[in-house]
Amino acid sequence: MLSQAARVARQHVRTVGGQAARGIHASRSSLGGHVLGKHKDAPGNTTDTHFEFSDENFELVEKILAKYPANYRQAAAIPLLDLAQRQNGGWLPLAAMNKVAAVIGVQPMRIYEVATFYTMFNREKRGQYFIQLCGTTPCMVCGSNDIKKTITEELGIKDGETTADGLFTLLEVECLGSCANAPMIQLNDDYYECLTPQTMKELIAACKAGNPPAMGKWGSLPMNGQVSCEGPHGKTSLTEPPPGPGFMMRKDLEPKVDPASVKAHMSY
Amino acid sequence: MVVRGSMRSAGKLLSRAAARSRAVGSRTLSTAAPEAPPLTRVYGGLKDQDRIFTNLYGEQDWRIKAAEKRGDWYMTKEIMWQGPDWIVNEMKASGLRGRGGAGFPSGLKWSFMPKNTDGRPSFLVVNADESEPGTCKDREIMRKDPHKLVEGCLLAGYAMRARAAYIYIRGEYFNEAVVLDEAIHEAYLAGKLGANACGSGYDFDIYLHRGAGAYICGEETALIESLEGRQGKPRMKPPFPANVGVFGCPTTVTNVETIAVAPTILRRGGAWFAGFGRKNNAGTKLFAISGHVNSPKVVEEEMSIPLKDLLERHCGGVRGGWDQLQAVIPGGSSVPVLDINDCKDVLMDFDDLKSRGSGLGTAAVTVMDKSVDMIAAIRRLAHFYKHESCGQCTPCREGTNWLEQLLVRMESGEADKREIPMLEEITRQIEGHTICALGDAAAWPVQGLIRRFQHVVEDRIDNADTFDPAQYFQHAWSGQPFTNADWTKAHGDGKTYLAGTAK
Repeated sequence: MLSQAARVARQHVRTVGGQAARGIHASRSSLGGHVLGKHKDAPGNTTDTHFEFSDENFELVEKILAKYPANYRQAAAIPLLDLAQRQNGGWLPLAAMNKVAAVIGVQPMRIYEVATFYTMFNREKRGQYFIQLCGTTPCMVCGSNDIKKTITEELGIKDGETTADGLFTLLEVECLGSCANAPMIQLNDDYYECLTPQTMKELIAACKAGNPPAMGKWGSLPMNGQVSCEGPHGKTSLTEPPPGPGFMMRKDLEPKVDPASVKAHMSY
Repeated sequence: MVVRGSMRSAGKLLSRAAARSRAVGSRTLSTAAPEAPPLTRVYGGLKDQDRIFTNLYGEQDWRIKAAEKRGDWYMTKEIMWQGPDWIVNEMKASGLRGRGGAGFPSGLKWSFMPKNTDGRPSFLVVNADESEPGTCKDREIMRKDPHKLVEGCLLAGYAMRARAAYIYIRGEYFNEAVVLDEAIHEAYLAGKLGANACGSGYDFDIYLHRGAGAYICGEETALIESLEGRQGKPRMKPPFPANVGVFGCPTTVTNVETIAVAPTILRRGGAWFAGFGRKNNAGTKLFAISGHVNSPKVVEEEMSIPLKDLLERHCGGVRGGWDQLQAVIPGGSSVPVLDINDCKDVLMDFDDLKSRGSGLGTAAVTVMDKSVDMIAAIRRLAHFYKHESCGQCTPCREGTNWLEQLLVRMESGEADKREIPMLEEITRQIEGHTICALGDAAAWPVQGLIRRFQHVVEDRIDNADTFDPAQYFQHAWSGQPFTNADWTKAHGDGKTYLAGTAK
C-alpha cells in the first residue's frame, strides 16, 4: 500500500517538476518532451469515438499492404497510422489506432506501442498550422532560440501549446535534417529554412491570411532567397555543365555472368 | 559514430591498419633528394568532372530523361552482366567505406550476403533515415538526383543477390519522399525495375517506406524493427542482419550516399574512386557544413581535404575570421568536438579525425565561433540523446537523462568541480554497455567537452554568480546576407522567396 502511494507521489513530482525532477528511476514516458504514454479521454477522442477510412483511402490501404510480405502485415503499421492521421486532420484518436489494428489484424496494443513511440504521431489535436521548430545544436547555434522567441511573442504560445483559435501549435523538436539551412521550422509537411525573426513574422502573417508561401523548386523554401543548399554566396563548384552518358566509361565490359542465371540460382 | 552502418570492432581494426601504414610513411616522405621539401599531396579541390553528384545545386531536372543525360542508367545492363562477384570486387577495389557514419568497407559488407539461397529471399534496405544532427546530405541526393539512388539500389541489390530493396526514408522528409517515389515509378515505367530489370533478365523491385520520426531508426537493427511495424528498438547481434534481417531474411542495411555513388564507381572503375583521398580513406564525399560559416552549404569534395580548406574554399570562411573559431563538430553530433588547435591542420577523413580523438561520422561539419556557450551546445545534444534514446537499455535510458541534468547545472555554474569526473564516469558507464551505439554516441560529445573544454566548465563553476546566459544568446544566422540573386533567378524557377513579399 505504502509503496504504491510512494510511487504515485514520485510520478507526480516527475510530471510536475519536469526538468528539475531528480527521480533516479525516471523512465521515458514520464520525462519532459514526451507526452504521456497512455490514453486520456478528450472531446472527440473517447473509447466510443468512431473512425473509418474513406473510400479512396481504403484503396491506398490495399496498395500499402501490398508492399510487404503477406505474413508481415504489421509492417504497414506506420504507413497506415500516417494515412489515418492525415485523414483525421493531423492527429490520431484512439479509434483510428483501433481501426488500423483491425485492418492489419493484430492486437490494438501492437499499434498503441507504435503510435506512442514515434514523434510524428500526434495523439492530441494540433493547430491547423503545426509549427515544429528544430532546436538541436546545429540550429541552436544558428539562433533557433531567436526564432522561438519570435513565435512566442507573435502568437503568445510556448513550446507545446496551441493558440486559442486553434490555428497554430508550436513544438520544439529534434534535428529535422536541414542543418545547412538552419534555423528552420517544419510547417505541417513543409520546410521553411534560413529564417530570421523578420521572415518568421512574415511567415506567421501569411499563415494567418490562410496563404503560406509555396514551396520552392526543391520542396523546401529557404526564406533568405536561396534555392536550396548552395549557400547565400552561391555555389563554389559544378561550374561546368555535367558530362554526358559514357563519360570516363570503362571499356572492358565483356559479358560474363547472365543475370538470369543468378535469378535462377537464387530461385527467384 | 552512430551506428548508422554498424560494426564497431571492424572499424577499429581498420583504423589500426591505417595507423600502421602511416607509420611506414606511405605517402608523405620523398625518397629522392633530401633537400627537397616533402612531397605532400594536398587533398581537395576536386575537379568538376570527378564529381558524382552533378545536380547537387539543382540546376538540372531530377526526372529520368535529365538523369540519363547526366549519365545515369548508362550501360546498367552491361554492368549487371559482369556478375555480382565482379561488382563486389570492384567496390572493394574502390576502397569505398560506408557513408552513414561507421565507415565499414562497403564491398566487404556486401560480400557477407549469402551466395546460395535456403529458400528465403535476400533484401537490400537503404537507410534514408537521415537524422544525425548536422547531417543533410542524403536529402540533397533524394530530391535532386534520385535516379542515382534508384540505379544504385538495382546494382547493389543485384550484387547482394537480393530480390528487392526497401528504402526507409525519415517521415519528416515528406517532399523528398514524393520525389523519390515518383523517380521509382519512372524507373518502373522505363523498364529499369521490376521483372527483367533493364532487360537483364533479373527481377528487382524497390519499395519506399516512410518512417515516423525516431532518430534511433537510423541504427540498422532498429530500422529493421521499424520497417516490420514495431517500435524502433535495436536488436541484439548476432544474428547479424546478413543472416536474419528484415522479415527474417538476409538483409544488408546501407546508407543512401553509399548506394548512390556505386553506379558511377562501377562505370568509371574502382581505381578511379580509389585515386582520391588518402589510403584507406578513398573517394569523394558530400560534406554538409552548418553553423557559423559565411556561406553554409552542402558540397562534394575529395576525402582528406583539410578542414580549414573546406571551410575557406567553399563556405567563405568562419564568421568573423578564423581566429573567431571556437569549436567544430566534424562528423555529426555523435563525434567529439574539436577545438581551434585541432582544426588548423586536421584532414577530413576517417583516420586523421580518429587520431585526434574524433571521427568523420557522416561528414557533417558544425562550426561554432566564440559567441557559443560550449556547455549549452553540448547540453542541447545531451537533451537530443535523452529524447531519442529508445529506452531499451538501462545505461542509456537513465544515463542520458543524468548527463543532461548534470550539464544543465554546469551550464549555470551550479555544480561542484568534483562532478566533472563524475560526469566523465557516467559517460564511460554508458559507452559500450548498450545494445546499439546510441549510448556511445550520447557519451562521446560529453567526453569531447570534458577533453577540450574542461576549463570552460571550471570557469563557469568558479564564476557562477556573474554568469549571464543572455550574453550567449544566438541571433538567427544563415550565413552572410544573400548575394546570389542572378543565379537563383536563373535556376530557382521563380519560386524563391523575397523578403517582404508574403501577403
